[in-house]
Amino acid sequence: MSLFVLRRLGLMLLMALVLTFAVFCLTNLQPNLEKLARSEGSVRMTDESIANWIVQNGHGGSMVTRYGQWLGVVPGWTYTDDKGVTRGRCISAEVPAEAAPRYCGILQGNWGFSTFAKSPVTTVLARSLGHTGWLMLAVMLVMVPTSLLLGVLSGMREGSRTDRVLSAFAIATTATPEYVSGVIFVALFGSATAGLSPLLNQWGWIEGKTLFLGTATSAMDDITFWNFSLPVMTIALYGIGYIARMTRASMTEVMTQQYIRTARLKGVSFRNVVMKHALRNALIAPFTVIMLQFPWLLNGVVIVETLFNYKGFGWTLVQAAGNNDINMLLACSVVAVFVVLVTQLISDIGYVFLNPRIRLS
Amino acid sequence: MEELSWGSIFLRVIGQFWPVWIALVALFLVSFRFKRRLGLYGKLFDSPVGMMGFALVMFWVFTALFADMIITHDPLAQLSGLKNAVPGSPLKQPVEGAYPWYLFGGDHLARDVFSRMVMGARRVLQIAPAATLFAFMVGISLGLPAGYFGGKLDTVLSFIANLVLAFPVILLFYLLVTPEIVQTGIPIWFAAVLFLFPILFLTVLFNSRFFTNPRQRNLYVGATLVIGLWAYSGLAFNLDPTGVWSMDPNLLNVFVSVVFVNSPGVFRIVRGMVMDIKARDYVAAGQTRGEGPWYIMLWEILPNARGPLIVDFCLRIGYTTILLGTLGFFGLGVSPESPDWGSTIDDGRRLLNIFPHPALVPALALMSLVLGLNLLADGLREESLRD
Repeated sequence: MSLFVLRRLGLMLLMALVLTFAVFCLTNLQPNLEKLARSEGSVRMTDESIANWIVQNGHGGSMVTRYGQWLGVVPGWTYTDDKGVTRGRCISAEVPAEAAPRYCGILQGNWGFSTFAKSPVTTVLARSLGHTGWLMLAVMLVMVPTSLLLGVLSGMREGSRTDRVLSAFAIATTATPEYVSGVIFVALFGSATAGLSPLLNQWGWIEGKTLFLGTATSAMDDITFWNFSLPVMTIALYGIGYIARMTRASMTEVMTQQYIRTARLKGVSFRNVVMKHALRNALIAPFTVIMLQFPWLLNGVVIVETLFNYKGFGWTLVQAAGNNDINMLLACSVVAVFVVLVTQLISDIGYVFLNPRIRLS
Repeated sequence: MEELSWGSIFLRVIGQFWPVWIALVALFLVSFRFKRRLGLYGKLFDSPVGMMGFALVMFWVFTALFADMIITHDPLAQLSGLKNAVPGSPLKQPVEGAYPWYLFGGDHLARDVFSRMVMGARRVLQIAPAATLFAFMVGISLGLPAGYFGGKLDTVLSFIANLVLAFPVILLFYLLVTPEIVQTGIPIWFAAVLFLFPILFLTVLFNSRFFTNPRQRNLYVGATLVIGLWAYSGLAFNLDPTGVWSMDPNLLNVFVSVVFVNSPGVFRIVRGMVMDIKARDYVAAGQTRGEGPWYIMLWEILPNARGPLIVDFCLRIGYTTILLGTLGFFGLGVSPESPDWGSTIDDGRRLLNIFPHPALVPALALMSLVLGLNLLADGLREESLRD
């Protein structure tokens, strides 16, 4: 078992290295650096001074050495100009050139400086991840129980009316990407001129102008049912259909097994068969699916945070990419890749633990 | 002119789609008449779910085909006084011969939402099926040998596929679909590699079957190479002297990225199925007869894997449509004027609280197309499992 985990960890490390290198190359392309030079230096720089700026600010040299510097396995760049002032990757206002360490990449905890937010990447990232954490927590709390319940209910009696209705619902939600469901939800519940809110307001059922708030900006300070429902519903909806369909497939398969028939023939009530005999086995497959759903949730987070203007991880990623904020974009990519790889690892290991039929040795 | 009521808007929209209704009715009549002779396609008409999905998909396909006849206004024209106009608004200065209403209202630049939605269908259906087809060619060409030969080749290819799948799609788009990337010429190299696969696939396909009959082989392979390389030079490098095949650099970038994102998924499915099928007796029989590995892969294994592949193809077109919408939503790789659904949703969302209609119309359109594809896939799965 430990050998299996170790091998998976080794593979994961290799993938993380390759992926971050790919991201590093794509964010540090020559045109991106030129754009950076223009925005950091001046717009009217000549081509020659742009080339100089790039070299003097540590963006020269081969891609591999720069990647090594960023990672912290190659000594950081330094540059001494004509006046004898030394600048470098590890040198800043607080750390003078004499005291600067040789290595300062992300392994040493130096994630660089965000050119768009004008503050260290780690501060921005920590704050935005905190916001996204709350969003994800709420989504998970809504999505997992709902989808498992729907899946088990429709898989319990295959072909019944409940099954057909719930399956139709599941197909409809998988056909609705977040940017579509978000728009529909806002139009239905969050608009003061259209949808349900004006009606409800007229009847005196709600006090405010709208049933839910169409933006989640205020949820960053104070999460309420009013301002957080729409984003959470939007992200959860797409996942619900998918997980419910997987649970249904797994449940229908379990319900045809011999031991279920035996239990029924023994005279166990249908309720008990489902609760005690089928449920545990039926939930193994959805566990993997839920774990592998995380990368998708990341997508949903980016769309929903942009749509509802909630300044979390996804919003930060979009801003970083839109404003050529190389360090920030790199950091976001590392986080995203890390999340994906870790969930893959957990789903692999968890599957082995949960499923008694798989033995590794 | 009066403002139209909801009922008359509805009737007028239905009327505006007349070529689509005629085509749909004709298609369904013919298909019903001959459904016993049409194989899997005919069987689709036995399942209500599949039929509904097929009708939805064909509705949009015909809409894309007849878009020029359906639209009421130029999708790029801005008429004064109709900024954010509510659905059914009459034109402020009616011109002779122009359609006198904005059926679904105007958007934030006073363009007709209805016509933009119809034209958007054309944009989406031009790219999504083609990109999915290319992704299938790449996935099949790599998945067959990986599953059949196994070993080091499989390890390496699976590792690469897992790498691509480990990227969150949006991040990949933000890295791959940017003007800077177009400047560096990376999309062209991507295209040079990815567009080679269809030619390789078809060449090997024909060669492995007909190599015993040189005349037939030369005809098929020659035709593939001539047409394929001609299209290849135009699409990937924009070097086609006749100018028949060409692609706008931004569009190429979008196309290549979508193919790139989709192919590892196809690769995994094909590889898994080949590993399952290669243990069957008819494969062993082929090997004993002394057939070449590519003949067995392409003419013995692939046809027997077609059921799940066709189902996945339908689902994947829907997924590609969603991806294209995502790209439009973030304004990546599309021109700002473009009527595609993703970017019209993005344009409309800024004033969503006050004027929901400009975003709602393309959102519902996209949803119905993807829903149709999902239902179609479901119907096909049901019917192909039946035999």
